[in-house]
Amino acid sequence: MSNEVGKIIWISGPVVRARGSRNVGMLELVEVGAERLVGEVIGLNGDQMTVQVYEETAGMQPGAPIYGTGLPLSVELGPGLLQSIYDGVQRPLPLIEQAEGSFITRGARFDSISREKKWSFTPKANVGDAVKGGAVLGVVMETDTFEHRVMVHPDDAGTLTWIASSGEYTINDIVAKIKIGKEEKPVTMLQRWPVRRARPFVGRRGANVPLITGQRILDTFFPVAKGGAAGIPGPFGSGKTVTQHSIAKWADADIIVYIGCGERGNEMTEVLQEFPHLVDPRSNRPLMERTVLIANTSNMPVAAREASIYTGITIAEYYRDMGYHVALMADSTSRWAEALREVSGRLEEMPAEEGYPAYLAGRLAEFYERAGFVDNLNGTQGSVSIVGAVSPPGGDFSEPVTQHTKRYIRCFWALDKSLASARHFPAINWLDSYSEYIEDVSGWWREKVGKDWLEMRNKAMELLSEEARLSQIVKLVGPDALPYTERMILETSRLIREGILQQNATDAVDAYSSIEKQIRLLEMVLYFHERGMAVVRRGAPINLIHDLPVVDTIIRAKSSVTNEEIHKLDDIQKAIDEQMSQLDAEYR
Amino acid sequence: MSDVTVLGGQEVVGVGRIEGPIMVVEGASNVSYDEVVEIEDSRGDLRRGRVLEVGEGFAVVQVFAGSTGLSIDGTRVRFLGNTLHMPVAEEMLGRIFDGLGNPIDGGPEPLTDVYRDVNGQPINPTARIYPRDYIQTGISTIDGVNTLLRGQKLPLFSGAGMPHDQLAAQIVRQATLGKVAGAPHTEGEEFAIVFAAMGVKNDVADYFRRSFTESGALTRVAMFLNLADDPPVERIVTPRAALTLAEYLAYDLGKHVLVVLTDMTNYGEALRQISNVRGEVPSRKGYPGYLYSDLASLYERTGRIRTSQGSITQIPILTMPNDDMTHPMPDLTGYITEGQIVLGRELYYAGIYPPVTVLPSLSRLMKDGIGKGRTRDDHPRWGAQLYAGYAKTQDIRALASVIGEEELSEVDQQYLKFGRAFEREFVNQAFTENRTIERTLEIGWKLLSMLPKGELTRVTLDEISQYYKGDDATS
Repeated sequence: MSNEVGKIIWISGPVVRARGSRNVGMLELVEVGAERLVGEVIGLNGDQMTVQVYEETAGMQPGAPIYGTGLPLSVELGPGLLQSIYDGVQRPLPLIEQAEGSFITRGARFDSISREKKWSFTPKANVGDAVKGGAVLGVVMETDTFEHRVMVHPDDAGTLTWIASSGEYTINDIVAKIKIGKEEKPVTMLQRWPVRRARPFVGRRGANVPLITGQRILDTFFPVAKGGAAGIPGPFGSGKTVTQHSIAKWADADIIVYIGCGERGNEMTEVLQEFPHLVDPRSNRPLMERTVLIANTSNMPVAAREASIYTGITIAEYYRDMGYHVALMADSTSRWAEALREVSGRLEEMPAEEGYPAYLAGRLAEFYERAGFVDNLNGTQGSVSIVGAVSPPGGDFSEPVTQHTKRYIRCFWALDKSLASARHFPAINWLDSYSEYIEDVSGWWREKVGKDWLEMRNKAMELLSEEARLSQIVKLVGPDALPYTERMILETSRLIREGILQQNATDAVDAYSSIEKQIRLLEMVLYFHERGMAVVRRGAPINLIHDLPVVDTIIRAKSSVTNEEIHKLDDIQKAIDEQMSQLDAEYR
Repeated sequence: MSDVTVLGGQEVVGVGRIEGPIMVVEGASNVSYDEVVEIEDSRGDLRRGRVLEVGEGFAVVQVFAGSTGLSIDGTRVRFLGNTLHMPVAEEMLGRIFDGLGNPIDGGPEPLTDVYRDVNGQPINPTARIYPRDYIQTGISTIDGVNTLLRGQKLPLFSGAGMPHDQLAAQIVRQATLGKVAGAPHTEGEEFAIVFAAMGVKNDVADYFRRSFTESGALTRVAMFLNLADDPPVERIVTPRAALTLAEYLAYDLGKHVLVVLTDMTNYGEALRQISNVRGEVPSRKGYPGYLYSDLASLYERTGRIRTSQGSITQIPILTMPNDDMTHPMPDLTGYITEGQIVLGRELYYAGIYPPVTVLPSLSRLMKDGIGKGRTRDDHPRWGAQLYAGYAKTQDIRALASVIGEEELSEVDQQYLKFGRAFEREFVNQAFTENRTIERTLEIGWKLLSMLPKGELTRVTLDEISQYYKGDDATS
């Protein structure tokens, strides 16, 4: 399958130069040295090629052979992807562990998807059908509840001449034959697709359905739409990973692709050990069953880290093509950018900002543009939403990766060290964050909960920004100098911050808030504000409001009232009524 | 694992170019990337190096001991045909080595046929066990609010002149496997300690040696010393040699190993120096673009794996230049490690030991090692409450400095008292004081009882009725 195309003449870390054939293609997958390490051609000059190697090159010598494959770096797609954990170039880590032990050694080669496992295939197309790319030939149940749709390769189109009957097949068994032109092409459940090429679709649709995450500050205040792209930048310790994990756990997507890109080993282990035990609230199945993990930790080869992002997004697009909603988490895109920088440095390319290559912005754009809510080739609709973490050095958002990322996302969740220091989690700063999807999704909210979400949300935001202004004054002269009406704003803002924005990812009740609960909490706090304002305007001292027993109840409601018993919030609202009315009566 | 075998043994006389610790050797063939070389100067003295880059007929070699005294024609270079390996053995505990792993205590070479590549290999994430067992260090600011777990990497961020060495020594002396609060006291299993010094002063190395001797730990400590006047290039190897031994002790022999690396800032500087000489494109502050990956290749050699009882816990120490936490060394370290313990000058000047500033400190794994069945049920919320209270104190202090303490509301004044007591009674403890977890929790509740009940929104009402000792009669 592969033949020698050159010999190594120079080695520096993950970058290797070789001399040989002029027929090697740009971005072709090659095998390097006697151990046949995986590499990719990233530069050609006359008879010289530059190769980035996805494995450790220590011990390799000039003169060693390079083998061409004639194919670009691709991933394998088919049933069996779900619940897998791969490295950056889709090698299955559990198989590597079984074969090589606890440490990752070089040259380990395994099939990305099991060739032995049999799937129960049910045909959905008939002989004689004209089928084109994306057409569904049949389905298999990839998990107990997930229907995997076996599709025609996007590049193929023709007439179905044979289709397998219902039965058990491996991904290498032929399940259909398509006549393309004069040739009959056998089709299996396994597809290959080059990672750097976006899978095709018919057209983009507007993004106006929110991706519900159960996180109040996200859903209520800064929603991301299905098919949208969001960035979470933040200094270390501000909770990027916890936020990413929360979204991966609770987002109402059909499939989650989680890319641990240059991050901690223990974090991936946490996901691996936790997800099989967590239950997806929508399907009542373990969360792991809808998840694909890509783990290329910080100490694994840097070039594979660069590839991991593409491997992940290609898998996400594949499930999108079946008509599913996919959410992709990339933690962290900064480590991916650093991998680009490292390889670029070894190539002695002219650096742009902070040593990053000039094509950084272009690469980021290519990645984020693969998000979208689309009409698929087969007539279904699906989406890929991207949530990318950014790790700016020193927490400085003016650095290149954060700045360029901001150009290609429409939702920005700015993590804030000082909030994290005050243990306000998620430490998303409500004044620095923004979402351009707010208008787009307001219709969905109105339809779904029948209340004017947009108006309430804007009212709460207004209070919060007013609070920020008043806090400046309080810092200078103390709170006593403010009139009661302004102090009422501070009281309500505290309720918004502590009772709504703060959310405890480790608390069983609080970790996930249904949208009904979110909107009721918000409504309740705003009601408290309205009543309180009326009372203080009559001259009631603010400390009486501060000391109302119901204040504490409101703050604790997020974790004391479960998603199933939202009616209990009515009781709290009644308590607000009673206690406020009492004050009302006293100062009438 | 493979033994060291000399395959090449090819010798080249004369080098093409020498610049700082880097030299270019011409006319060598069959040289491998990352291969170890032995260099003989014109007087016959030997030093070691390794191949950083290799092309047709030339190799770029980094000389560990520096290039002083090497000449163009009089230098012989032997390529040893393998990457850098070192011997590992249990008997290395109790011994002292130089930065490359050679004994310098007058004793013999360790007797073993187990040799390991100092670069190690990445642990497969699927082979890891997620850390869950806490280590009781006897220090309230760690056990209480920044709990350290077995298999965690938790650095000390400090500045010149602050007592990070004492704190590290105290942790090493007092560390035992944590127990549920109230469980009977038994002698905990002892940690094996691997200590690596990179570019620190002789006094510091001496301090640790004395401290290990006094606490009777010396027999279970292996020390790797690259001191301030030792060749900086060797510093690149020192932590790798130490971690290679640690991995053997933990994953082959099943020991619990505590690794102390000091001072990572010096390590980073050595890396920068080499990068500079090689003419690499610098990123921030002249550090190479691969600083993150390089640091990760050290810090990630921590943890637990399924096939072994043992564990590696890392406590890297780094002094932040100009106390600046956004400097690339602490910054990139913080992105890799599972939290950080930050020492602060204000507390230090106020005579508080250990001067751990609680607000920027963090243990990411704490949540998984505390609470019911591990320490005590209320611990997580208790910690969040203490933390939030102390954070609020900081705001009130800022306000008080403007409007004066007398103008503050009653509650704010209570916070000020709480803050002062927190620093004096909770943070502050003697160098010899080894607090149990229940003692730490008790002190915390005593402090929280200085605040009105209504302020304690992070703990449950049940916990308030069980532990709150204050005279607040409301609610």
